[in-house]
Amino acid sequence: MNNVSIQHINKQYGEVIALKDITIEIKPGELFGLIGPDGAGKTTLFRILTTLILADSGTATVCGLDVVQGMKEIRKRVGYMPGRFSMYQDLTVEENLNFFATVFNTTVEENYDLIKDIYVQIEPFKKRRAGKLSGGMKQKLALCCALIHKPDILFLDEPTTGVDPVSRVEFWDMLDKLKAQGITIMVSTPYMDEASRCDWIALMKDGQCLTINTPDQIRKSFDKKLYAVRSENMYQLLQGLRQYPGTYSCYTFGDSNHLALKKGWEDISKVKDYLKEKGYTDVTIEPIEATIEDCFMNLGKEDQ
Amino acid sequence: MKVIEVEKLTKQFGDFIAVDHISFDVDQGEIFGFLGANGAGKTTAMRMLCGLSIPTSGKARVAGYDVYKQTEQIKKNIGYMSQKFSLYGDLKVWENIRLFGGIYGLTDKEIAAKTDELLHILDMENERNTMVDSLPLGWKQKLSFSVAIIHEPKVVFLDEPTGGVDPVTRRQFWELIYQAAQRGITIFVTTHYMDEAEYCNRVSIMVDGKIEALDKPSVLKADYHAENMNQVFQALARKATREE
Repeated sequence: MNNVSIQHINKQYGEVIALKDITIEIKPGELFGLIGPDGAGKTTLFRILTTLILADSGTATVCGLDVVQGMKEIRKRVGYMPGRFSMYQDLTVEENLNFFATVFNTTVEENYDLIKDIYVQIEPFKKRRAGKLSGGMKQKLALCCALIHKPDILFLDEPTTGVDPVSRVEFWDMLDKLKAQGITIMVSTPYMDEASRCDWIALMKDGQCLTINTPDQIRKSFDKKLYAVRSENMYQLLQGLRQYPGTYSCYTFGDSNHLALKKGWEDISKVKDYLKEKGYTDVTIEPIEATIEDCFMNLGKEDQ
Repeated sequence: MKVIEVEKLTKQFGDFIAVDHISFDVDQGEIFGFLGANGAGKTTAMRMLCGLSIPTSGKARVAGYDVYKQTEQIKKNIGYMSQKFSLYGDLKVWENIRLFGGIYGLTDKEIAAKTDELLHILDMENERNTMVDSLPLGWKQKLSFSVAIIHEPKVVFLDEPTGGVDPVTRRQFWELIYQAAQRGITIFVTTHYMDEAEYCNRVSIMVDGKIEALDKPSVLKADYHAENMNQVFQALARKATREE
C-alpha cells in the first residue's frame, strides 16, 4: 500500500513547537500538498516520514510500515527531495544519477522509463558537475535521483521555491505525469496558488494544520461575504476600507483589495455609501469566490 | 529626477550574452518591478547596477554615479536586501544594526540615534538584546528592510525579499515598501509573486537577456489582453529559448 498515515504527531525543538498534534491520511496515488510559509513545520514532518528524525509523540506509517520499526524498509521504498540541494556538487550529472542508482541496488537503465521525460532535458549537460548547474537543472537532477529506484511514494520538500512562475507550471506538469504512473506524492510549497494542482491539501501554520480537505472544498467553506474592491489609489482605498466598522479583514490582492465583511454587516450598499461619504469616487466593487490565500489568512486570523 | 539611468547595458561572459542591450530609467520614489524567468539575466543586471560587476558595454548611472568608474560611491548610496542573505542570526538585534550602520558609513553617534529610532518605529524596543535567529520571520524581514535603508539611500535593491513568507507578513512588508517610496526612496524589486508585480508603479520583464516589456501593470495587461500579471508573464516568458 502506497499510503501515508500520520496520527497525532508532536515535535518540539527546545521551547519551539515545530509540530502540534498533526493527523493526516494520504491515500495511494494521491497528490497531497502541504501548503504553508517558512516555519510552518513542513520540513520537520518530511524528516519524520522519511525516518531521518523521531517524533516526540504520535505515530506514523509510510507504505503501511511504522516510521520507527520499519525504518530500513521505508528507506528503500520512498524517494525524497530535500529543500536544500543535496546532490554531490563535484560529481557530474551522470555520476550523481549512477551513484544514487547504485546505492539503491539498481541501475539507471532499469528504471529509465520513469525518469526519461525529465532526464532528456538535462542530458545535454550530463558531463557537467552538479555544482555548476543552474537552479532549474539542479531541481530536475534532484528529482531524477529521487526517482531512480522507482519509489512507491515521493516526498518533495519545496521543489518550486525561488523558481519563476513559468518553470513552476512546468514542474507541476511533471508531477501530474508521475502521478499518472501510480506514484503517491507528498509535496510542500509556500506558494498558495499551487494548491489547486493538488488532490488534497493541508494548510499549515506555526506547526499546526489549519484545515485539511480538497482545494475546492476549502474555498467553498470560506464563511464570509467576499468582495474585490478597486480604485485608482489602491493604498488609500485599503486604509479607508480597514476603518469601515463592518470590515472583518481587508488585504491587497494584486490589482484589487479583498474585503471580507463581518456577520450582520453583509449589506454591500452600505460599503458603497461609506466610501462615497469618504470621497472615493472611482470605486468598483464585485462579489468574488475566495482563493486559497484568502482561506489561509482567514483561518490564520481565527486561530489567533 | 532619474535615480537609475540605463542605456544599452550589456554583459557578456565569453560567447554568452547574459544581459543584452537593456535600456530603462527609474524615477525617484518609484517602485520598479524587475521581473524575468530564472536565467533571464536579472541577477547579472542587478550586480552591474550595484557596482559589483563591470559591464561589457553600454552606459548606466545609479544615484548619479557611473557603474564603470564610481562603483564605491554607488555602494555607499544604495541599500540591498534579499531573502537569502540579510541579517546575521547569531548577532543580537542592536549588533546587526551597528554592523550594517558601520558598513554603510554611519558614525557611532548616528548609529546610536538610528538604533533608537528604528527600534521605536518597528515597536521592537524590547528586542534590542534578542538574537536575530530567535525573532519571528516577519520581524526579521522588517528589521532587515529597515537596516537596508538605515543610511537613507537614494535607491534600495530588493532581491526576492518575500520568498517563503506567510501571506499576511508579505503584505505588511509591502506597506513598508510603500512608506519608504513615499519618503522618496526608490525601490528596485524582483519577485516571483505575480500579485506583487501589480503593486509596482512600473514593471519590466526580461526574456533571454533583453527587456521584452516595460510599462505600468495596467498597460501591460491591456497590451497582452490579460486579466492579471501572471498571464502577462506567462505569455512573455514562454517565448524564452535559451537554457538557464
